[in-house]
Amino acid sequence: MESAPRSDARLMKGNEALAEAAIRAGMQAYFGYPITPQSEILEYLTLEAPKRNFVALQAESELAAINMIYGAGGAGARVMTSSSSPGISLMQEGISYMSSAEIPCLIINVQRGGPGLGTIQPSQGDYFQATKGGGHGDYRLLVLAPASVQEMADFVFEGFRLAEKYRNPTMILSDGALGQMMEKVALPASGSLPVINKPWATTGKPANGERRILTSLHLEPEKMEQINMRLQAKYRRMEEDVRYELLGSEEPEVVLVAFGLTARVCQKSLELAHERGLRVALLRPITLFPFPSRVIESLCEIADSFLTVEMNAGQMVEDVKLAVNGKRPVYFKGRMGGMIPTPEEILLELEAITEKDETATA
Amino acid sequence: MQLVYKKPETLTDATMHYCPGCGHGVVHRVLMEVVNEMGIVGETIGVAPVGCSVFAYNYMNIDMQEAAHGRASAVATGIKRVLPEKIVFSYQGDGDLAAIGTGESIHTVNRGENILMIFINNAIYGMTGGQMAPTTILGQVTSTTPYGRNSDLIGFPLKITDLVAQLPGAFYVTRQAVHTAGAVRKLKKAVEASFKYQRMKKGTCFIEVVSNCPSGWKMTPAEANVWMEKNMFPLYPLGDLKVPVLN
Repeated sequence: MESAPRSDARLMKGNEALAEAAIRAGMQAYFGYPITPQSEILEYLTLEAPKRNFVALQAESELAAINMIYGAGGAGARVMTSSSSPGISLMQEGISYMSSAEIPCLIINVQRGGPGLGTIQPSQGDYFQATKGGGHGDYRLLVLAPASVQEMADFVFEGFRLAEKYRNPTMILSDGALGQMMEKVALPASGSLPVINKPWATTGKPANGERRILTSLHLEPEKMEQINMRLQAKYRRMEEDVRYELLGSEEPEVVLVAFGLTARVCQKSLELAHERGLRVALLRPITLFPFPSRVIESLCEIADSFLTVEMNAGQMVEDVKLAVNGKRPVYFKGRMGGMIPTPEEILLELEAITEKDETATA
Repeated sequence: MQLVYKKPETLTDATMHYCPGCGHGVVHRVLMEVVNEMGIVGETIGVAPVGCSVFAYNYMNIDMQEAAHGRASAVATGIKRVLPEKIVFSYQGDGDLAAIGTGESIHTVNRGENILMIFINNAIYGMTGGQMAPTTILGQVTSTTPYGRNSDLIGFPLKITDLVAQLPGAFYVTRQAVHTAGAVRKLKKAVEASFKYQRMKKGTCFIEVVSNCPSGWKMTPAEANVWMEKNMFPLYPLGDLKVPVLN
């Protein structure tokens, strides 16, 4: 992906960069419904569709949109939908069905604060929903967390690639700030994502072949368990596509763990901490599922403690604690309801933690 | 011995799970006969619903997708939009199409999606054991209207076919039945016409089939057909609700 040819850098909004990237990634159909702060994706794609030969349709609801991508994805097309938190909640039933019927698709969640109708300001409150399944039954999505407008574009390519590699829905877990802010972006060139063969797609029964059925219904429990076991094995295989970024001190007292927008804020906190002589590293999970548990486990050997920073009440911190498994203290700093933590308030946490650690070891 | 009558190859050998006297099997057969006779086996994609016909894909020997409850027409929309030259149909019961999926049904027709929507109306939820359907008639006793359907409490039967016939996106809307050989022949003609119109990209074709549910109604198949003619046909009269205009 990194070696794909790119266009010259331009200034774009995150939502628009993502939409343009989807067209360049060979997306054949998009179905969506307006909701702030992601409506630019729907607007951009309905504007471009007739000019660039793909389907873009405004559905009557998120329920309809997710089921339209079920149909179109099941018919073999490279498909995408997008929404923001309340709309993603409405899609959960369809996402569960697509996971079970193994229909690849890309789902964009430009998160806003909740619960309920909440606010239109950015949030990371849907981490649990995105990484633990979200709908009914045992299933997982591949989840990518961009932290810049550049990654809003790049991860569309990676998202389609992973969805098709595993025949599984992939989610890009973004937020209202990344969707709305403008940054420099160099878009990947069209045609750089190969079209793959989908023999399972319902395109009409082949003259000399078996017909195709896409379903998630298997009433015999023995068969349903077998299918579950196969799906779980697939989710374990996804481990080979785990991605993360590790910055800062090589011998950290504290490892900051943050994804998406909060990782951007933490980069600044990292600088401030180094200016004050604190040894701090920043681990940014790029794939939230599969989660980079192994790197956290190995960081336990060199770090004194961990500080997870999120725009929620503490969701990813549970996965960090599972990986740390009691070997080191894991602290948490969160803001909720559309509030973004400042680099300074994270620095205060870091200072408090390092003092605490010194007291503990003294 | 000479074979004079057999099932079309577009029906599988699977034994149907439908109750004796149920209309689903006949409608399945009619649909698959038309697909076979029109030579469109390799280009027809069906969408099954949730309800008694949830396993339609076990019997129809073509490429099919199973939709979530109520969403068959949205799934069919997705298929048709990316495969506009193929023949696409959805197959739904009254609970699926006219209760939980009302929004999808109306908007699919309103967009004039170039598909065939088959709607089986038997005035009851068969699969879950005989609860009230949106099309349950006034006074009808079901497991959730144990005193009979009372409009003060739960409203009137929803004549959704009349409703969609008003929409400009609908090209051909008709109400048929399968209780007699003559009715079956008429349904077959309606299905043939709908696939022909779909080829011509005319808009949505919508066929309601007024059907029975001997098990849910707690009647013999013969009694059920009599009850249907006496109680359902006056409310849901057979015939075209929107006559196609070809220019």
